[in-house]
Amino acid sequence: MENIITKAYSVKYDAETTTVYFQGVMRLNGTEYVPIKQLLNDILEVDHPVIILNLQGLEVLNSSGISILGRFVFTVANKKTIHLIVQGAEKFVWQRKWVLNFKRLMPSLLLEWK
Amino acid sequence: MVQTFGAFNQDTLESQEYLKMRFSPSSAPLQQRWKNNGVSADFLADYIITFFPNDENDPILSEKEAELKGAVSYIANELLENAMKFNMNTSLFPVKLEFMLYSDHVTLSVSNSLVSENVPEFQSFISELLNTEPQELYIRQIKQAEEDNLNTSGLGLLTMIDDYNADLSWTFESHLKNKAELPTHKGFISSFFKTVLSLLPHQSNISTLTVVTTTVQLSI
Repeated sequence: MENIITKAYSVKYDAETTTVYFQGVMRLNGTEYVPIKQLLNDILEVDHPVIILNLQGLEVLNSSGISILGRFVFTVANKKTIHLIVQGAEKFVWQRKWVLNFKRLMPSLLLEWK
Repeated sequence: MVQTFGAFNQDTLESQEYLKMRFSPSSAPLQQRWKNNGVSADFLADYIITFFPNDENDPILSEKEAELKGAVSYIANELLENAMKFNMNTSLFPVKLEFMLYSDHVTLSVSNSLVSENVPEFQSFISELLNTEPQELYIRQIKQAEEDNLNTSGLGLLTMIDDYNADLSWTFESHLKNKAELPTHKGFISSFFKTVLSLLPHQSNISTLTVVTTTVQLSI
């Protein structure tokens, strides 16, 4: 699985803990989100009991990014076999606002705040 | 012709405290200047918070400041991204971003040109946005985007309403295509040209463009 690392942001997958780490400022356009979508889809190729999305280093995300994550949550919710955990950081005020929407897409989603 | 949509009346008086930016979208490819959206939005957010009391030792004020800064930066970036994505780049009207400060609210507005044929689709999305419970629409948009494998899911405007409690309004002004090109200083030529245009068959490549202004109001 290709990790995505640039100056402004990174998306890394740790296979051992099945955790995806999002970091930096992500205000990408449609094309730039393609590899990130691919990485998320690749994770779902294998049956994992737990997947963790760690957003604690994610400073900024635009609505296209919120949509990519929301669609991932929706897909995971439909599978009904995966326990999804989203780890957020309270210091990024905006995270609280839209992470709660993920909960609407998947009520069993577990939120952890740092 | 001017059409308006939205939840609030536009302020009739321009605020004395404002900042206006103009962008010429045809001067570089979209991909290359994409970063400008975020840079401009962050600048505007930093600029706006200087108008508010600041005390690093007061946790409530600091949190309010962080919230406002986050909201302005998010909203301005979304407005610019949309404007740049949907702007008709052959238009001579620039993309404009404006901030105005009032006693109990701020407004952020962006103007860009649309091919008039694309206006009805946008207006029907606006009426969906104004007449649907935001949380219900959020779930609907995500599901639809995933099921139909769409590239966009229209979350930008929706998240402004749902996450930032913003009020939105729109004005649509239709113009003869690239009116700025017309020799308006010579009234005769201009009206002659307009007459010629009006006589051309509808199928001709001379169409109208619409300048759409999206205004977002945030309470402070």
